[in-house]
Amino acid sequence: MIQVAFFVGAIGAVGGALAVVALRNPFYSVLALIVHLVSLAGLFLLLHAQFVAAAQVVVYAGAVMVLYVFVAAYVGQEQESLYEPLAGQRVLAPLLGVAIFVELSIAVLGTALSSLSSRGPTIPLSFGTPASIGNLLLEHFLIVFEAASMLLLVAAVAAVVLAGRRRTETTEEGA
Amino acid sequence: MDVSWYLVLSAMLFAIGAVGVLVRRSPLVVLLCLELMLNAGNLALVAFSRSTGNQDGQIFALIVMVVAACEVVVGLGLIVAMFRRRLPLDVDELRKLRG
Repeated sequence: MIQVAFFVGAIGAVGGALAVVALRNPFYSVLALIVHLVSLAGLFLLLHAQFVAAAQVVVYAGAVMVLYVFVAAYVGQEQESLYEPLAGQRVLAPLLGVAIFVELSIAVLGTALSSLSSRGPTIPLSFGTPASIGNLLLEHFLIVFEAASMLLLVAAVAAVVLAGRRRTETTEEGA
Repeated sequence: MDVSWYLVLSAMLFAIGAVGVLVRRSPLVVLLCLELMLNAGNLALVAFSRSTGNQDGQIFALIVMVVAACEVVVGLGLIVAMFRRRLPLDVDELRKLRG
């Protein structure tokens, strides 16, 4: 049963990722990424990471992807030109990707990691629940938590400064 | 399920994201492929957290999600600013900073 759930999630995640790279229309790429993120949330549930899975669906597939959809609609569909400034890029890049995959797989499977344990240790029932994650965030990782909130504030201000309409720009457009 | 299955899946997703960053030229899609790579890292973190029975990896994954959200906000702000100035939305044509 767990194997079936894993393979369904894995096929969804890999299919979504391939669709993000392959589809020509950026809008469809965004929708494919949502499929990928929801499949990953299912895999997180299999790994007993309930809070991370919920945050993945609510924050990522919900909020961040809405931002992407709006920008994709605002910018519109610009077709990528077929002109290739770097010769052989289309051929070399997939080769490089396969090389990274093979290297990482060797690094994962070639070590003694598999001899540690196949199923992982027995974990308490509260593993990964919002209560225990919240406890951990506010007791052990309080500084990290506050730094993350500060980072979000800085990013919000940066987005307003970057994308906001400047006065000189509007006069240029009016003239 | 063995943890190495999850790690191999994570490696595959990371490789697909890296190929996307190299092949695609629309900055919006490059950002999407960066998300793919970050999520592959998240999957590996959560898998290790399960295999060691320690929740610290899940905290790490949450913080990675926060950093990814910040990166998205700044990146999309840049794309909107580029669009307003009628710059070409093509990462191969924006190479004035190259030395």
